[in-house]
Amino acid sequence: MPKRTDLRRILLIGSGPIVIGQACEFDYSGTQACKTLKQEGYEVVLINSNPATIMTDPDLADRTYIEPITVEVVERILEEERPDALLPTMGGQTALNVTIALHERGLLEKYNVQLIGASYKAINKAEDREAFKWAMKNIGLTTPTSRLIQTREDAISFLEIVGFPAIVRPSFTLGGSGGNIAYNREEFERYVDWALLTSPVGEALIERSLIGWKEYELEVMRDLNDNVVIVCPIENFDAMGIHTGDSITVAPAMTLTDKEYQRMRDAAIRIIQEIGVDTGGSNIQFALNPANGEMIVIEMNPRVSRSSALASKATGFPIAKIAAKLAVGYTLDEIANDITKVTQASFEPTIDYVVVKIPRFAFEKFHGSNPTLTTQMKSVGEAMALGRTFKEAFQKALRSLETDRCGLISLNGLDHYLPGDELDPSVLEHIRTAMRVAHPDRPWHIADGLRTGVPKDEIFAATHVDPWFLDQIEELVLFEQRLLAQARACVQRTTDEAATRLDEVFDGPGGLERLKEAKRLGFSDQRLAQLLDTTAAAVRTFRNDRLPRVTYSRVDTCAAEFEAFTPYLYSTYGHECEARPTNREKVVILGGGPNRIGQGIEFDYCCVHATLALRELGIETIMVNCNPETVSTDYDTSDRLYFEPLVEEDVLNIMEVERPMGVVVQFGGQTPLKLALPLARAGIPILGTDPDAIDLAEDRERFSALITTLGLRQPRNGVARSGEEAFAVASRIGYPVIVRPSYVLGGRAMQIVYDEQSLRSYVENTVMSADQYPLLIDQYLTDAIEVDVDAVSDGTDVIVAGIMEHVEEAGIHSGDSACSLPPHSLTTGLVDRIRTQTVALARELRVVGLMNVQFAVQGNDVFVLEVNPRASRTVPFVSKTIGIPLAKVAMKTMVGHSLRDLNFTKVPATRHIAVKESVFPFTKLGNVDVLLGPEMRSTGEVMGIDQDFGWAFAKSQAAAGLSLPHMGTIIMSVKDGDKPGTVNVAKRLQVLGFKLQATRGTAAYLLDRGLDVEPVNKVKEGRPHLVDHIKNRQAQLVVNTVDTTSSHNDSLSIRREALQQNIPYFTTIQGIQAAVTAIEAMKKAPLTIKPLQDFHPT
Amino acid sequence: MTKKAILALADGTVLEGRALGYEGETSGEVVFNTAMTGYQEILTDPSYKGQMVLMTCPHIGNYGISPEDNESRRTWAEGFIVNEASRRPSNWRSELSLHEYLVHHQIVGIEGIDTRFLTRHLRTHGSQAGIISHGAGVNDSPDDLVAKANALPSISEQDLVGTVTCDSAYYWNEGTGAWPQRLNAYGQVDPTPARQFHVVVYDFGVKQNILRRLVDEGCTVTVVPASTTAETVRALNPDGVFLSNGPGDPEGVSYAVPHIQALLGWRPIMGICLGHQMLGLALGLSAYKLKFGHHGANHPVMDLRSGKVEITSQNHNFAVRLPSAEEPKGLQETPWGPFKATHVSLNDQCLEGLVGTTVPALSVQYHPEASPGPHDSSYLFRQFRTMMEQAHA
Repeated sequence: MPKRTDLRRILLIGSGPIVIGQACEFDYSGTQACKTLKQEGYEVVLINSNPATIMTDPDLADRTYIEPITVEVVERILEEERPDALLPTMGGQTALNVTIALHERGLLEKYNVQLIGASYKAINKAEDREAFKWAMKNIGLTTPTSRLIQTREDAISFLEIVGFPAIVRPSFTLGGSGGNIAYNREEFERYVDWALLTSPVGEALIERSLIGWKEYELEVMRDLNDNVVIVCPIENFDAMGIHTGDSITVAPAMTLTDKEYQRMRDAAIRIIQEIGVDTGGSNIQFALNPANGEMIVIEMNPRVSRSSALASKATGFPIAKIAAKLAVGYTLDEIANDITKVTQASFEPTIDYVVVKIPRFAFEKFHGSNPTLTTQMKSVGEAMALGRTFKEAFQKALRSLETDRCGLISLNGLDHYLPGDELDPSVLEHIRTAMRVAHPDRPWHIADGLRTGVPKDEIFAATHVDPWFLDQIEELVLFEQRLLAQARACVQRTTDEAATRLDEVFDGPGGLERLKEAKRLGFSDQRLAQLLDTTAAAVRTFRNDRLPRVTYSRVDTCAAEFEAFTPYLYSTYGHECEARPTNREKVVILGGGPNRIGQGIEFDYCCVHATLALRELGIETIMVNCNPETVSTDYDTSDRLYFEPLVEEDVLNIMEVERPMGVVVQFGGQTPLKLALPLARAGIPILGTDPDAIDLAEDRERFSALITTLGLRQPRNGVARSGEEAFAVASRIGYPVIVRPSYVLGGRAMQIVYDEQSLRSYVENTVMSADQYPLLIDQYLTDAIEVDVDAVSDGTDVIVAGIMEHVEEAGIHSGDSACSLPPHSLTTGLVDRIRTQTVALARELRVVGLMNVQFAVQGNDVFVLEVNPRASRTVPFVSKTIGIPLAKVAMKTMVGHSLRDLNFTKVPATRHIAVKESVFPFTKLGNVDVLLGPEMRSTGEVMGIDQDFGWAFAKSQAAAGLSLPHMGTIIMSVKDGDKPGTVNVAKRLQVLGFKLQATRGTAAYLLDRGLDVEPVNKVKEGRPHLVDHIKNRQAQLVVNTVDTTSSHNDSLSIRREALQQNIPYFTTIQGIQAAVTAIEAMKKAPLTIKPLQDFHPT
Repeated sequence: MTKKAILALADGTVLEGRALGYEGETSGEVVFNTAMTGYQEILTDPSYKGQMVLMTCPHIGNYGISPEDNESRRTWAEGFIVNEASRRPSNWRSELSLHEYLVHHQIVGIEGIDTRFLTRHLRTHGSQAGIISHGAGVNDSPDDLVAKANALPSISEQDLVGTVTCDSAYYWNEGTGAWPQRLNAYGQVDPTPARQFHVVVYDFGVKQNILRRLVDEGCTVTVVPASTTAETVRALNPDGVFLSNGPGDPEGVSYAVPHIQALLGWRPIMGICLGHQMLGLALGLSAYKLKFGHHGANHPVMDLRSGKVEITSQNHNFAVRLPSAEEPKGLQETPWGPFKATHVSLNDQCLEGLVGTTVPALSVQYHPEASPGPHDSSYLFRQFRTMMEQAHA
């Protein structure tokens, strides 16, 4: 069927900020949808509050609204833009939820907007658990025994039917938020309460547990002609009980016979037909009883998802792009397969390699979080790897995680253990215990179990990991042990020389075969070096001298049946190399790897811009990345895509094959930056700023010298190599100080310490081992304003593109604070000084490309906190605020263009103000404190843009999920130091008509100053106390600031309760000040919306 | 440790791998199959007689071997080529490992082969003869093996059907049972129609799932050898005649053509794969050999009548050529009246199905009985039944 001509303008809803459960994959799908719909000649109107997305680039959609994704805002868009249709299936649960609300309020009907992709009925049937259950029953399929409940009593009565363990899931939340497995009555009641609270409709599902069952996912596409194809069957390594987002997953399915697979496929087709997803993709999850093959349908997502992004990358079948085409009326047989060119999209990909996805967690950043994996998703990112066998792909995926684990290393000191060696029984006991817990480290503990001879039956019983996967891991462990045995025999014969060892192990009879085998099994040089007590470099040289190099195979959707025209490549040790590098002028761009805290979508945005810029210049681009969620790993983003781990060995291999004119390391965050030196050492030209400048900026002594040379100031600081030294340095600098280990990403283990006693506790408790020294100690600038600056330089000229004033005080990680661009309170004089200092720093560091500087302004003094000669997290935010694609400009300077050539000589004057706000995963990770600090913990960000700071801030809060109240009661409990600042806040709120409540100390202080405040009890002062008030939703706004010196635990319940009740809360005085300004603005003027294109008319 | 093994192709390509399955030497035409599941069904499919099958799926043997999954009384593939064979299977139904099964059925295999390289090679250079040999030094040198592969008779020159067909007629009454292939929109197995039809199946190398599907559709089935005459079939007095799948070149089975011609128009006829080609020959059309054939479970086929796409299971090296090849959708005049192309491959426009407009006959080049593969085309058996019902009406 031809595409629809009755539609002209289509609204697309994005997924908003990156949170656990919704990450870059929706930028990938949304970007594909935007591009596709535009190519088909439709006008695209887009809403997404996340500025760090490619989809919100102003040239992708026709009208791009970076506005909060709320019903109110979308209604305004419908009113102003009058789209003919709404495509709700590209923006995850966020888009679906808003769409459901729009429909239910009659707004789609009111504005005559058609839903395409999935109808309201279909969405509702799939999302409403009860409706889904009935639908499945209707088509002869089974769902887990379950019941929807609205009260705890109902839940308890149903417990008699399902028994323990029982699953408790809140309705209508994303990423399984609030889902839990209860093993006893007490847990059960707690989880039920929690679920009822988190569900937006106050409803939860109590379900029979299928823990231990095998879990599968099918990605299904359907067109208007009822043609259905399955893109990919995915099998979970982790059995049921662990959220699929937190599971290691494998494609294709590994342990299904054809009969079982076809039964599942038939079921999937019936499901998509019954639910009524007429055009587009869906994800369907199944559980299979390993003992008898009983099949149960778990759920269906009537939209593109994280899994569909994974399936797209795993097979080369672009689900979102095709879903967008189907939504406008095409049928599958009318859409060409880009990769083969001769075949159509109406087929099922078949793959001749194995894909392994491993989730990336960040529990270390969240004190108090519970790292046990459950039905609630907790991972913050993922890495994917391809290999010719599961073993190869698995080991590549392990090293793609960026957790400094180069393979199946032993977590129990057993790297060199051989059967028969002495084994401490407590270690064995520890392994056995550790294996039983669903924990991110479990695969490594399984390997240790296999190393030490724990029977596979026992491991299966403890982990429910299918014996087939256990066999695969065992094969790796056995291979390692053969090498170890060989090495040990050789140590006994010869001297302990690394080179000799390699010779003995690999040069003897069958030796080279063994080495070839090792590489085919996916062992990294690093891991081999670890096993053989040598260096990765020695292994590399050794094998490069003796063995054929790595080969690259193509991802072609068809297992080589047809020729592949798309260079989407992965490495293996095979018989032939299909890379076929060109002789063109080309540049390699290294991506950012798996998302984690501090390293997210912003860097993928920069990498994609780098590739776009180079393509504009006619330079071939080669992308290297291992994050399947991203736009950068879309096979048509760059000229060539290598889906590979971002570690030295794998990246150097690519360089050897491609021989690029240079490599870009400054756009992908820390990951590629770490590779700058090894690459430079290997003779690969690093484009842009010299890697030495990175070292200069990171080396404390060199940096101090630079600051002195330029006549700038930095906080007093010192380095301590021991605890004792730390006390000396701190007392020289003067408390409070900020202390952290010397290597940090996103402020890991960074703390503000107010006195010697706290420093002692830090040294004793946080600094776990000697290798975390030296400690870096800095003066903590109290009451300072932090300023983030992004600049671009061509080596001669420097343009200061954005000066952002943080809302929260200095000391809170820049990635976690809100900030405004331009600054909302700094004087012109200060801003000018900051600009001058930035230019001086860029010149001195001879920056070519991007640079980010963090300043602190204390009174009238400007301090340089940190300089990073590379792309920062704020680049997309700044680019979208000023209307200049900074990363593109920077990329062009890095290949020799001057800023003047590029006609970028000054930042255009703007009359709007943009606020960036951070978004946190606190609700997902258990009882963690929400207080902000120097350790970064946000997963994503949103942007609010408007004519004044107040509205921009209000929008940023709404986009982050907090709706600021227009009236009501505010509860305040602030530390002494903040009391003066509270007076102004309280006065303004009183003028706005808010009722003030405060804990005694705060209340007394405010009463003394003439304010009308009602005192409330602190928790320990008896009931009713302020947590009761919050629980009863008698407060609409909560302010709680605490001294870092005092124990936070007293007040933790206040913050957690506000979080759980979704009541706007602020933990800094600057935050509440900004919020009050926002409330004032909201009361003064109504909401206005404006697309990016109108902010920056071309 | 595992023994070395050699795979030599007629064009001189020699690959070294590890021995798998029965120890020895074997030869056949090397074809690749891109299905990701169903290796046991493939090994027991008589259509693979004379061929060594290369699986493109990287792990084979993962779920072991289950008696229910056999497609005939024994294995037929001449050899088995895989990237990696799982030694220990994992599946609740599995009773044997792949290796044990291959040993038991005396199938010589090889693993540790870069199957992607080999597939690309066959795609470019076409299917060709090859030899797998275990044990270097014991047997010939690689050059000798290549020479031997060159000396093998071409698949077109052999009467492979003669080796796989049954010796004598037999009855079949088992349906798909626990693994139904045709479910209605409510997920229920379509009830077997009350009225029973008797179908005679020409066994050119029939897959048992064809028989099971016929039983599902309410047929009593008599399977007869490929050389059965039309008179004998008439004497059995069936309601329909079925031409099964089978190995090799349809020209090799030309002895069956006059009998099919004699039955055309007498009773409804359905053909699958080789049976489709045989029907084609009987109609006076010709068959030709494809470069590397269609072997897999993901082939899109369009039903030209409905415009709907079916994902199909395919396994054929030959195809029926329509005189007006550029217009497969037109009518083909035959002595039995016009025949219409009903199905066409979306990958290469190859003819995939025919139906008679004046005589009751239909045939498809692919495998609606699946096993392995998708069930999208299962409706064709019902169409055959409808033909028989109409013939009686």
